[in-house]
This record gives sequence, structure tokens and C-alpha cells, in this order.
Amino acid sequence: MTEFIAFFSDFSLRNVALGAALLGITSGVLGSFTLLRQQSLLGDALSHAALPGVALGFIISGSRSLLPIMIGALISAAAAAVLMTLIINRSRLKTDAALGIVLSTFFAFGLVLLTYIGHQNNAGQAGLNTFLFGQAASILPSDVWLMFAVTLISILLVSVFWKEFKIVTFDRGFAASLGFNVLWLEFTMTIMIALAIVIGLQMVGVVLMAAMLIAPAAAARQWVKTLEHMILVSALFGALSGLIGALISATGKGLATGPLIVIAASIIVLISLLFAPERGLLKEALNRRKNNKQLRQDHILLALYNLAKEHNDPEYKSEIGMIKSFYHHDPSKLLKDLESQGLVYTVEHMKEEGKHWVLSNKGYQDAKQIWQDIGGSQ
Amino acid sequence: MADKLNKQTHEPDLALHVEDLTVSYASKPVLWDIDLNIPPGVLAAIVGPNGAGKSTLIKTVLGLIKPTAGHVYIHGKSYKQQMSQVAYVPQRNSVDWDFPTTSLDIVTMGLYGKLGWLKRPGKKEKKQAMHALEQVAMESFAHRQISQLSGGQQQRVFLARALVQEANIYFMDEPMAGVDATTERAIINILKELRSQGKTLIIVHHDLQTVQNYFDWMVLLNVRILAQGPVKDVYTAENLAAAYGNQFALLNNMQISKETNGSNHENL
Repeated sequence: MTEFIAFFSDFSLRNVALGAALLGITSGVLGSFTLLRQQSLLGDALSHAALPGVALGFIISGSRSLLPIMIGALISAAAAAVLMTLIINRSRLKTDAALGIVLSTFFAFGLVLLTYIGHQNNAGQAGLNTFLFGQAASILPSDVWLMFAVTLISILLVSVFWKEFKIVTFDRGFAASLGFNVLWLEFTMTIMIALAIVIGLQMVGVVLMAAMLIAPAAAARQWVKTLEHMILVSALFGALSGLIGALISATGKGLATGPLIVIAASIIVLISLLFAPERGLLKEALNRRKNNKQLRQDHILLALYNLAKEHNDPEYKSEIGMIKSFYHHDPSKLLKDLESQGLVYTVEHMKEEGKHWVLSNKGYQDAKQIWQDIGGSQ
Repeated sequence: MADKLNKQTHEPDLALHVEDLTVSYASKPVLWDIDLNIPPGVLAAIVGPNGAGKSTLIKTVLGLIKPTAGHVYIHGKSYKQQMSQVAYVPQRNSVDWDFPTTSLDIVTMGLYGKLGWLKRPGKKEKKQAMHALEQVAMESFAHRQISQLSGGQQQRVFLARALVQEANIYFMDEPMAGVDATTERAIINILKELRSQGKTLIIVHHDLQTVQNYFDWMVLLNVRILAQGPVKDVYTAENLAAAYGNQFALLNNMQISKETNGSNHENL
């Protein structure tokens, strides 16, 4: 507990935690839209494409100050976005190929520039390649303010253009037919994502930034039924990952904050994929088991029903061996289950033959319904 | 000339008037020199083989695709001017049905255009959307997640979204593709009801067998317009062969034998 208090009274750690949480919120909100537009890889491409901008910002300004670097990153990410749109619209290449080409070309160019800077004897170059993986510890109060501003702008834009973003995300053709300027809306979303990436550069770096756009949104989708909730939960998961990453990194073992944030987000995704109440894999497995059991029970009921029909006696007393020959497996346990549901009951027929099973009235009606549902003859 | 056309109405007596329309992707024409006239108050089918440009034609009329050449007029004016009079049902599989929302919310989207920028839908819009869901017998699914709907139910939701637009002219892209027989009957009944209210319906239709039963107007398309007019004039072996080419040999016996069967005609 004292450690916890110490953490929040520590000035630089507080900056890191705040910055990580703000980044989580922004990327959580914007990532929800990219995920639903099935453009998750756009974030990946844009963040890799920011690297040459980072290097050029450094070369032109001659210092490691954040503003020129961020402007450079924004410009090169935006250039990549435009280039991708052109490739998709003007050539026969599909979206995935366009993304791959732009991502790797820009990233390679960025790496070349980084090594070029590395060979110059410039004191300011130190730590420039931290933009690859981020270096949260170097974050300044002014950076946190910048992140706060970007977060605020994103939230503001999303709430003002809520209806427009929603309809373009769900059905862009229909949105266009209603007269909405789809290109402008999509452009705005892309620029916002580029902004989120730019503020994420220092925290998690260009390589892992895509995870911040995808993971909180993907996890949130598992738990929600409306877009409103998805964006709230996604922002919450993003902020939570940021805080967890910052906290663990602050334990003093010198672990990198950015990757820890991404790992925290991934664990939230894993938990959500497994345990979400309606969409989780666990729930699906349980449903499947329940359905299988239901199917086997129906099978037994049908066996009894057909025996009863063949003997023209709804209360026909079936011997266990006969049921077995219909069902091909040991039906004892299933029969007990059916008995507890009041669908079958047992009678002593002839002492030497042991227990016999009879359909109850309800069981007979149920079996009849199942028989009709599967299209059995009357 | 173009200015004059923009200011005045052009062919106002036609619900849809398309002139010299050509659309091409990467120099390959998808639609070639289309001249199309559809009178108001008909239930029209756009029919043609795969890749004939049926969806492209609708999308171009709605301004979603830029034509290489040609003009489109709806009741004598441009689409932009007539937007509020037009409703659109895109192909069902053109969207991701795992989107987190309810049927009611999707139908409400039909009113976003009338609301305009920034205004949010309120109680009145919800009520209108609910009414549209009732028309397609989906009111009990209003609050159901769209990811849980069957294909036919999804299609009904899309239809309700168009109904709520209260348009005069409806464009629908294969509204009966992949739906069960009950839904198909429900949809065609709604379409006929709209026609009886004097609306114009222009439907991309994939099933040659039902054209005669469902529609009174027909456009036969395969990159070019091969025939257009009342179904009884257009639905001939010769025209179908021209549109479908080799594929038609397979369809031939099955389809045309029905033509002589008078009970299949319930047009007009």
C-alpha cells in the first residue's frame, strides 16, 4: 500500500501512468471504429509509416525535441494513408497488399534514416531509436498535456459526429446514399488514428502501437451489445492496460513500460475471448455440451416413441436391451436424466425381465414434436 | 447544355431516366452506353448474368460510383436534388452483421439522412423505426442483437430501414437472395403493397424463374441494355438467350416452358 502511495506521489511515474492511461483511452475509442471497419491493420501500417517522419523531424530540427518529431510522424503517416488509398483505388492491388507494401517500404526507409543519423556525430541522437519500442520514462509533463489534448479532441469529434461515424462504420454505401460525405468522414477517422499513433510513439513505439488500437477494442467487443458501450469499455480497457503496464514497470526492475502495456492489453483480450458471458469460448463450449446432451436425450425419446408407435401403445414398456439396440450406446444415465425431468418412468413388467421404461404423457408429446420437427412420417 | 439540364427538369414523367451511361474499372467497361427509362409506379426487375453490372448500375444511379460518361435523372432531377425521395437497400452481405447493435438501431439509420448532420435520433425516430419493423413483422426482434438474426431476418431489417425513409422510389440490390420462402413471400408482398401506393421499385433480381410472377417491368442487362419494358414483352427466349448466352442453354427448358402456363401471370 505504501508503495502504491509512493507511486502516485512520484512525479515522473505519475506522468508515465497518466500518459499511458490517456494513450489507452484514445486508442481504445478510435480502435473501436477501426476494428468494426475491419481495418485493424491500417493502424499497424500507419504506425510503421510514422518512422521516417520521426527521423526526418529529427534531421530537420537537429534536436530530439518532441514537437518536430511528432509533426514529422503525423505527416509521414498521413502520406502513407493517402498512398494506400491511391494504390487501392487506382491499381488492381487489394487492401491487404497495399497495406503490406506501404508499411514495409516506409518502415525500411525509416530504418535507413535511423542508421544514417546513427553515423552522424550528434549528441542529440541518443535514444532516437527508442521510438521503435517507446521509452515511457522519458515522458515530460508537456508531453502529457499534448496527449491530454489529443484525447480530448478525439472524444469531442466522436461525440459530435457520433451518428455519422456510426453509420459510415456499419454501412458506408448506405451512408453515402443518404448524402453523407463518406470520404470526408473516413479521412477524419484516419487522421485521428494517425494522431493517436503519434502520441503513442513515445509510450509504446511504432512497432507495438497497432496492438493499442486493436487489443482494447477487440476485448471490449466480447462484452457489449451497443457501440456506445463498446467505446466506453474499450477506453476503460485501454486505460487499464496503460496503468497496469506503468505500475509493473515502476516496481523498479527496469522493465520497459511500452511492451508491458501491450502485454497487459493482450491478457485482457485473452480473458475476454475466453470468459465473456455470451461470446466467450467457454460459454460456447458449454452451449455445445448442452446441445450434445439434448441431442442424445432426444435420440432416446425417439427410440421409445418409435417403439410405442410400432406397438400401437403410447405407454409401451420398453426393455433396456431394446432401447440399447436403437441407441447403440449405454442409455442408463440418459434415461435417469430423462426420468428426473419427468419425461419417462420405470415399471416392473415381468420379474424375470427387470426394469422397463415408459414414456410419460409429457415425454410422449415431446417425442412426437421432435419426430415431426425432423420430418418423420406419421 | 449541362447547365440548362441542371436547372430545369429533364424527362420529369419518368421515375428513372438514364442516358448514355458508361462505367469502367481500369479501362474495362462494366456498363456500356446505358439508356434506361423506367416509368413511375412499376415494380421493375433488373435481371442479368453474374458480372452484368446490375449492382454497379444501381450504385451509379445513387451516386456511389462515378460514371465515365452519362447522366442520371430521377423524376426529372439529379440524384442530389431527389435524395430525400430515394431509398436504398444494399446487398445484405455488404455489411458486417457482427456490429454491436440492435435491429431497431439499424432501422433508425434510415432516418439519419432526414435528420441531417449532427442531430441525434430521438423518441419520434424510434417510434417511426418501430413502425417500419412492424411492417416487416420484425417488431419482436427490435431489441435483438443483429448478430443473432438469421439471413431472412437481416434482410427484413434492411427492408424496414428503407421503408422508414418514406421514399417515392426504391432501389434494392438482391433483396431476395439467400432468404427462406416465407421471407421471400413477405418481401414480395411488401413490394407489391408499395407499388399499389404508387411507389416505383427497382430491384436487382437474381432468379429468372420468379420474374414473371413478381414483376411488371423488366430490364435485361449484360454490360449493355439488351431489352427493357413490360415483362410480357421482354421475357422472351430470344432476349434471355442474348443476355445469358451459353448459360441460357441450361436454363432454357426449365424457364420458358412456364411462359405458356397462364397461371404464372398475375401482372398488373
